[in-house]
Amino acid sequence: MLVSRYFEETIETIYLEGKKPVFNMAKGPIPGEMHLSNGQEPCAVGVCAHLTPEDVVTSTHRPHHVAIAKGVNLKKMAAEIFGKKTGLSGGRGGHMHIFDPDVNFSCSGIIAQGMGPAVGAALSRKMQGKEGVAVSYIGEGAANQGAFHEALNLAALWKLPVIFVVEDNAWGISVSKATSTAVPNNAMRAQAYGMPGYLVPGNDPIAIFSAAGEAIARARNGGGPSLIDIETDRLAGHFMGDAEGYRPKGELDTLRARDPIPALARRLESEDGFTDADNAAIVARARSAVDDAIKFARESDYPAPEEALEKVFA
Amino acid sequence: MSSVAAAAVNERRLTIARAMAESIAQEMRLDPRVFVMGEDVGQLGGVFGNTRGLFDEFGAERIRDTPISETAFMGAAVGAASDGMRPIVELMFVDFFGVCFDAIYNSMAKNIYFSGGTVKVPVVLMTSTGGGYSDAGQHSQCLYATFAHLPGMKVVAPSNAYDAKGLMTSAIRDDSPVIYMYHKGLQGMGWLGTEPAATVNVPEENYTIPFGKAAIVREGKDVTIVGVAMGVHNALKAAETLSTQGVSAEVIDLRTLVPLDRETVFASVSKTGKLIVVDEDYRSYGVSGEIIASIAERDISVLKAAPQRVAYPDIPIPFTRPMEQFALPNPEKIIEAYEKMKGRRGWRWM
Repeated sequence: MLVSRYFEETIETIYLEGKKPVFNMAKGPIPGEMHLSNGQEPCAVGVCAHLTPEDVVTSTHRPHHVAIAKGVNLKKMAAEIFGKKTGLSGGRGGHMHIFDPDVNFSCSGIIAQGMGPAVGAALSRKMQGKEGVAVSYIGEGAANQGAFHEALNLAALWKLPVIFVVEDNAWGISVSKATSTAVPNNAMRAQAYGMPGYLVPGNDPIAIFSAAGEAIARARNGGGPSLIDIETDRLAGHFMGDAEGYRPKGELDTLRARDPIPALARRLESEDGFTDADNAAIVARARSAVDDAIKFARESDYPAPEEALEKVFA
Repeated sequence: MSSVAAAAVNERRLTIARAMAESIAQEMRLDPRVFVMGEDVGQLGGVFGNTRGLFDEFGAERIRDTPISETAFMGAAVGAASDGMRPIVELMFVDFFGVCFDAIYNSMAKNIYFSGGTVKVPVVLMTSTGGGYSDAGQHSQCLYATFAHLPGMKVVAPSNAYDAKGLMTSAIRDDSPVIYMYHKGLQGMGWLGTEPAATVNVPEENYTIPFGKAAIVREGKDVTIVGVAMGVHNALKAAETLSTQGVSAEVIDLRTLVPLDRETVFASVSKTGKLIVVDEDYRSYGVSGEIIASIAERDISVLKAAPQRVAYPDIPIPFTRPMEQFALPNPEKIIEAYEKMKGRRGWRWM
């Protein structure tokens, strides 16, 4: 969680370089859209703590926290976000298209389009008799896409080892879940496809860890798919530059006051004797990993422009 | 040819449907990673017969009927392919691409690029094209250009069973997504009113046909007629008629649209000086324009007359027979196009 948060905070600072005083998305060392995951870290670590590099994860347009929790190469990911030659795809994908086959991680900038591939990866494991489960992350907005319903039906029909994780941050850009969704939560929708649906409120990494442990164990043991619906908080805007005028007044302050990272630190202090020194040590480790990655990205060269013409086909 | 040899040839005439199924079966025997999924591919053997017999040999696990959920199973093909399998998926009619194009052109076609080549996507997407049997505007389109236009997909369209088998084998062995477009009117399904010339001799052993290599299916010196799938048969019929008028037409079967064999077309047009492109897909922004542009931008001086195209007008495909037949390319329209070229001066005299 700390690596992810510090990574996002660093990206945020660098993203704004060259974009002040006039915000222009095309400017600066990190151009393009930027969807930060601040606040949603529990969804990533609570689930991915159960996974090995062999397991498959598909994520969304907001992928950094999940990628980090899945063990994606941080240096190469940072370089990709900077558009450098040393990036995961040599700068062809950028922040919404992170692919790291070494740890079976991918994501898509298209809402709900990671779901079919996760079902297919799970099918592949089942057909090949190979170890591993697939986890498909989506936002709550994706649950209103046709792909969501098709993927749940197919996964349940074929009893595949796949876990659907809904990161419900309550907002699809500016449209609230209440405005977009006919049911109070998406865990209910799992029942329609004959699979267990877990509702995990409170953005609590330990509760998520517990639900995910059950769902993943079931998938590993041939018990088929599950859905985990996590109520989480988006502490940043939809993307950088989002003024968030649609949020009710004071909402962001409420969310910040329950930031899951200090909340977990407090809990560890009271329950496990976690000390300030312990905290300082892991913070320092996280910062060092991120700083190394950012330095690597900054110092890497851009690809030759004409490399754009390569790697269209395998 | 001896009577024995002729009998051997006749023994092994296959329809395109049978040739596709034979290639798939042979590859499935060789490679356990190959499997098929789609609607009605199992016990039914495919609505257009191209998976017939496979279910009995390979069973429901590898010949996998799906729910009517194209978005999910096209996406699943991407995920399975990236995880080491080699799925063949069927989109029953190409017209149905609307419900699953996100999975196709945003994932299947782009993941190799987005991964910088570290991820492979060996999917064959086979889909039926073409009309002529009054199935109206949601079950009769070709849409060759739609798929060929968007980067990241190889696109093949056989005109006969020999090519159908070799192209399928190449497609299954390719590590990139291949859109395999088979024309319903060539498929050998009697109930669709099939073109008999598409049913040809097919060797039993497996073989490949390389992508990006057009076939000169009839040699000639006066005019080049370029087509794909059904267009090739229309071109051959027109060439036959033209020959009775003393005109020698060369007919080129493109076979694959991506990659496109511009070289063979250019060499032929350099020889004949005249070009007609036949395309059952919509006229504007399509294959016909691409072929003509590829000649014009390379060396316009090889053209002795303005190139012609015989393509589908820019209208949704109508149901009623007189209207549909009016709109479809046919040999008569190709001959008219040739007549037009004769009557006009080429660019040099304009």
